[in-house]
Amino acid sequence: MGWFTAWNRRKTLFIFLIMAALMLTVITIGGRVLENEAMVTDFSRKNLAPCPAYPFGTDWMGRDMFVRTITGLSLSIRIGLLTAAVSALIACFMGTAAACLGKAADGLVGIVIDLVMGIPHILLLILISFAAGKGFWGVMAGISLTHWTSLARLLRAEVMQLKERQYIKIAGKLGMGKMQIAWKHMMPHLLPQLLVGVVLLFPHAILHEASITFLGFGLPPEQPAIGVILSESMKYLAMGKWWLALFPGCLLVLVVVLFHFIGDTLMTLINPNQAHM
Amino acid sequence: MGLRQVGKNIARMSVLLVLVSIAAFFLVTVSPLDPLRTNVGQAALGSMSQEQIAQLEEYWGVNTPPVKRYVSWAADFLRGDMGTSLLYRQPVSKVIGEKLANSLWLMASAWLVSGAVGFVLGVAAGARKGGLTDKLISAYALLTASIPAFWLALVLLMIFAVWLKVLPIGLSVPIGMEASAVTLGDRLVHGILPVAALSITGISNIALHTREKMAEVMESDYVLFARARGESEWEIVKRHGIRNILLPAMTLQFASVSEIFGGSVLVEQVFSYPGLGQAAVTAGLGGDVPLLLGITVISSAIVFAGNFTANILYGAVDPRIRKRRAG
Repeated sequence: MGWFTAWNRRKTLFIFLIMAALMLTVITIGGRVLENEAMVTDFSRKNLAPCPAYPFGTDWMGRDMFVRTITGLSLSIRIGLLTAAVSALIACFMGTAAACLGKAADGLVGIVIDLVMGIPHILLLILISFAAGKGFWGVMAGISLTHWTSLARLLRAEVMQLKERQYIKIAGKLGMGKMQIAWKHMMPHLLPQLLVGVVLLFPHAILHEASITFLGFGLPPEQPAIGVILSESMKYLAMGKWWLALFPGCLLVLVVVLFHFIGDTLMTLINPNQAHM
Repeated sequence: MGLRQVGKNIARMSVLLVLVSIAAFFLVTVSPLDPLRTNVGQAALGSMSQEQIAQLEEYWGVNTPPVKRYVSWAADFLRGDMGTSLLYRQPVSKVIGEKLANSLWLMASAWLVSGAVGFVLGVAAGARKGGLTDKLISAYALLTASIPAFWLALVLLMIFAVWLKVLPIGLSVPIGMEASAVTLGDRLVHGILPVAALSITGISNIALHTREKMAEVMESDYVLFARARGESEWEIVKRHGIRNILLPAMTLQFASVSEIFGGSVLVEQVFSYPGLGQAAVTAGLGGDVPLLLGITVISSAIVFAGNFTANILYGAVDPRIRKRRAG
């Protein structure tokens, strides 16, 4: 990639990484600041198509769609961060438990994973949201409880493999305690995996939050969540109000792409096998 | 695959299905949503007499203990009686049968299209990792992985139904037409956009996976040796690449049945397509517990059937596994 030859690829990647993270931070904080403005209705500016003053147009209640979109995304990102972190914790616990606590625990974790994966994702989200009485906590619980499975499997396989390695076995023979080995020899291997896993969980978490809210199970309609915005836009689509759906969706895709990019880049930068790029 | 393996798989599947039904039943039982308040409305409840409310409570099964309810529900379910849908006022099995018939061909075609196209794209990208084709395909896969299915459905709807007016805006059959007058063509036309939305977003997973595996094969020693022997690039891809990666790709695709189902829930909602997904949403929003439970069990059965097929294929396609099991 020779668009700027003074830097090697590693440095350019790092700069892009910072830029992406910065952009997400701006959206997150911006949305928090603009929260009140997103609710402002003004019937003198109803149904405006995108123009310089309102780049994303306004809706049927004269609300500025740009402000609403940013607020919605900010909400999505915050929910995504929280649920991804909780999911990763569950995954960490389940994965290591399956690998270390013997055959029975392994089988049990396996069954739980199969169970969670066996019910189609969206349907399980609907069920959990239904169980929690819909609303904010339903979404939080649903997404946290459904996204840990693949990461748990990954961590389990990793720990299983590590346990068989020569140097771990030797450490055991030399009299190191189990916790000591886990902390000193296993953690450094697992931490990068876990970190990347968490970052790569965000996109899923955000998309599922938007989806479940879109279906009417998630955040309440008075919140300017991205799923609510898109679900409202559906009613006005046939009347030609294309901007209500197009721009919020585009920005949502942008945010998810940025998270994917950050995850992939981190993976590349952390992986020592790719140090010499 | 030996008979024992098949038996083991089926036993595991049945146990999991029972667990799914228990989990789902538990979830709907702990729900604080009062079925009366959701469906009758606060105002109407206020104006009703105590007897009427008691009658309604009995209809929605408010006062029976959960374990007893589960046992009687499960016993009936095994006999084929899934209960009566409270919203559709029809047997659940009938509602599910109707909706499933609508959804199944939608999901099946999207599944086939996304699997086939994704695999071909993945092979093309992985065969020359780092080339222009690879970059384009990877970018495309990354983008579609980030696009929510329902938004893509909205955009497709906007372009083809609202602007160009070439395809219908929703439903599975033309509005106001008698059931007997609906032709196969009508159904196909109504299915195009939903299938497109489902397939486009479903490709990325299999494409990225196949690309990764293909690139791995291309860097292996046996491919280096094949090159040294003078095999052409296409021969290498055919003999050493596709043979090695077809199996994991197929397993992945069978395991992705659950994703396609989830996508169809969203896409059906956008297109007001009267399928199983839309019924699930209606049931969830309206507190129609028997229907929600029925759909959960049936769709899980479909997902498990997908996994089961993947396992069987594993044995049938891969000679190494076949041999190991025989020996």
